[in-house]
Amino acid sequence: MTTESVSLARPLPAINEMNGYFWRGGADGRLHIMHCGDCDLYFHPYQSFCSACHSANVAPAPVSGRATVLSSTINHQPWFPHVPVPYVVALVELEERGPVRLLTNMFGEPVDAIVPGMLVTVHFEQHGDIFVPLFRPAGAA
Amino acid sequence: MTTYFEKSCVISGAGMSTMYRKPQVYPFNLAVDACRNAIADAGLEIGDIDGIACWPHAAVHVGHGSSAASPVDIKNSLGLKLNWFEAGMGPGQFASIANAIGAIAAGYCNHVLCYRAEGERWVPMYGSAFADGNLPTPEGFNQWTTPYFAPSAATWIALHADLHMRQTGLTREQMAMIPINQRKNAALNPNAVYREPITLDDYLAARMITTPFCIFDCDVPIDGAAAVVISRADAVPASSRPTVRFEAVGTALHEHFSWFQRRDFPNMAMNDAAKMLWSRTDLTPDDLTSAHLYDGFSWLTVLWLEALGITRPGETGAFLEGGQRIALDGLLPLNTNGGQLSEGRLHAFNHLVEAVRQLRGEAGDRQVADAKVAVCSAGGGVFGSALLIVRD
Repeated sequence: MTTESVSLARPLPAINEMNGYFWRGGADGRLHIMHCGDCDLYFHPYQSFCSACHSANVAPAPVSGRATVLSSTINHQPWFPHVPVPYVVALVELEERGPVRLLTNMFGEPVDAIVPGMLVTVHFEQHGDIFVPLFRPAGAA
Repeated sequence: MTTYFEKSCVISGAGMSTMYRKPQVYPFNLAVDACRNAIADAGLEIGDIDGIACWPHAAVHVGHGSSAASPVDIKNSLGLKLNWFEAGMGPGQFASIANAIGAIAAGYCNHVLCYRAEGERWVPMYGSAFADGNLPTPEGFNQWTTPYFAPSAATWIALHADLHMRQTGLTREQMAMIPINQRKNAALNPNAVYREPITLDDYLAARMITTPFCIFDCDVPIDGAAAVVISRADAVPASSRPTVRFEAVGTALHEHFSWFQRRDFPNMAMNDAAKMLWSRTDLTPDDLTSAHLYDGFSWLTVLWLEALGITRPGETGAFLEGGQRIALDGLLPLNTNGGQLSEGRLHAFNHLVEAVRQLRGEAGDRQVADAKVAVCSAGGGVFGSALLIVRD
């Protein structure tokens, strides 16, 4: 996994007790997702209790970072003046037992090349102490 | 045997304000207009109203924005003597209706005013909200979307529609029949903000917002309001007009409250609500004489058609094709007022007002034949609610 320098300023959340593991967890190069130690379910965002097996044995855990594109949209609306359009927003599903689905952009890829079923891996874009998880085609540098 | 108390409640009155595409009249005043129109339509006096509810929560003493009138400000303006009032989120935009039925069933109230007030044109809009270059600090759910430059429900819903359309074969040309048909209906509705017809060529050439949605797939922000009076059936004064009664309500949420983490993605909360609706009645989709389905984005109407069992996934495209089946004289007239795509965004409350008018035979040039049973739905994504109303 790699961490990239900032290319485009992103609107970023304030860190709190329920989201720090996700937004700061990438400091070790891995994506961290809430996990049930009893039934092995991953879930997102934070819950204090496993909604599947009703266990309190839940905590953030690192995941493989491998995912599949579930769907995507080519955005043409210039929501933010500093972000050139069109750009892709894709929904990816992690390979772990969940489902756990996250959004990503793929600025390095042609907009029409990002299709459902595409295998992707996580990488991080560092903004201060926040590491924004992003995904790109598996095997890409 | 379970008693379904909605069946002993009626919609005694329905009213709207004028709809404004540009900010002209202060939105709070429009909310008061709609409420007064609904009370007068019910044949009631203001003093008869003993409950009030709205969705969603509205800030007190702020009369604009996306929830432009708080119940207590309406109360103060009209001098209501309330036994009960509320404003909260709940299961979609019809949560206030479900709550009103509950308050009547509990014996708190006889006549509850429910309304939806929009004043989004008075304040900066989604589309230009970040135009000054300042980046917001997203909180709550928005922290999962805004960092990826996806601050709008257009994007979130497009991600559902993309998968659904690939799975079912629904095409943009077929989906286009929803906005095209509604614009045709809006031409017969003097209160609609957009009344010029659009063609399939117009649709296919239109500015894209985010694939598969062009500008005609997105509802139209307005300043305006719609209101209904929900009454205990036996508290309504005798009238020669047909009575519009609740047959069933659907407010269920069984999967996670989540845009992206439902196990049955790209299904939405509406699938839970629709199942509950039909579980409380012997009527079926075959009994419908009109449908008034949420159209914040045209694809949401497709998903409501499928969730309600009006069409089956994979067959909705063929159902919509050509537009005849959903026209005013078609198999199932759909969004006969022009809906949010043409009349304006009132989060399905304008659909409800229209359904009441259709069932009473008061829809003028838009009247459908032999209107008896109408379904109304509100919401997309995390929450949804549906109402089945009948002419008694």
